[in-house]
Amino acid sequence: MLVSIYRYNPEKDEAPYMQDYNITIPNNRDVMVLDVLQLIKEQDPTLAFRRACREGVCGSDGMNINGWNYLSCVTPISTPTKGKMDKLVIRPLPGMPVVRDLVVDLTQFYKQYEKIKPYLINDEPAPAIERLQTPEEREKLDGLYECILCACCSSSCPSFWWNPDKFIGPSGLLQAYRFLADSRDTATVERLEGLSDPFSVFRCRGIMNCVNMCPKGLNPTRAIGHIRNMLLSQQV
Amino acid sequence: MVNSVSNYGRSGVHDHIIQRLSAIILAAYTLFLFGFVVLNPDLQYQQWSDLFAATWVKVFSLASLISICAHAWIGMWTVATDYMKATVVRLSFLIFMGGVLFTYLIWGIQILWSV
Repeated sequence: MLVSIYRYNPEKDEAPYMQDYNITIPNNRDVMVLDVLQLIKEQDPTLAFRRACREGVCGSDGMNINGWNYLSCVTPISTPTKGKMDKLVIRPLPGMPVVRDLVVDLTQFYKQYEKIKPYLINDEPAPAIERLQTPEEREKLDGLYECILCACCSSSCPSFWWNPDKFIGPSGLLQAYRFLADSRDTATVERLEGLSDPFSVFRCRGIMNCVNMCPKGLNPTRAIGHIRNMLLSQQV
Repeated sequence: MVNSVSNYGRSGVHDHIIQRLSAIILAAYTLFLFGFVVLNPDLQYQQWSDLFAATWVKVFSLASLISICAHAWIGMWTVATDYMKATVVRLSFLIFMGGVLFTYLIWGIQILWSV
């Protein structure tokens, strides 16, 4: 199998380039892209990429494979090659500054995540045991809390490419709605005030790249729609 | 919260509402004009003139003119803040757009009230 990988080491290379590797897949099995990268790493130890849990939970190995953002550890090579298993073109997540090879700098992404205060705020006295929710209230968090911050969505979003310092991005907004929708959170008004400017939420143009790319099957566009409705009903 | 002083309504919510409200007014005006043309196949100068002489048409046209200016400003501001990263370029473009839209507005009022 031919694997073409984006290479860039700012200490050595003047410009990024694509390097081709010919890899023999043991028994022609439909292995994960991460397994292919590990095979290449055995051939060429200078290749840099992130990975940790290798089961789609840590969110470390988001990358662009054949033009689509995937988690390499849970993506069988048949998926990006549409069953042909002939060629993989692997690049770092689009729109993010490259640290080296497939490793990107996610500082801006985490800054936006920090902005939405991703923790429960409750100014009422803490109960003796725990803050209870009804099953219906808990159900509202489904499809929101599962985000693993892999950045596959935000790095596929043109609004985030153009304004990564101002637009929160699909991932951050999904998390913002996760706390807005939480019955135990009492900071709804303050949270919404922080999102009412023309960039943070409203820069989303609803093109739904984030929904297409999310490896966990989540829907940030729907969450953004909910935030917009909350802003409208609060401020109109 | 991201502060901005050059967008139309000073808040994302405000811009969002104005963009949608102006779109509804513009859609209604387009349908109105289209309907008028369809219902009057042999359209002459006199019919156009009579139509625009009515006060309610003047009001409707002016509302549409203001809507298109507001709609265009919000749209062009969004495009400028997406793609024009150099402040000098963005500011020059926005000043130019503001000038063009203001000219169209005054010119449009002049034309409407001359009928």
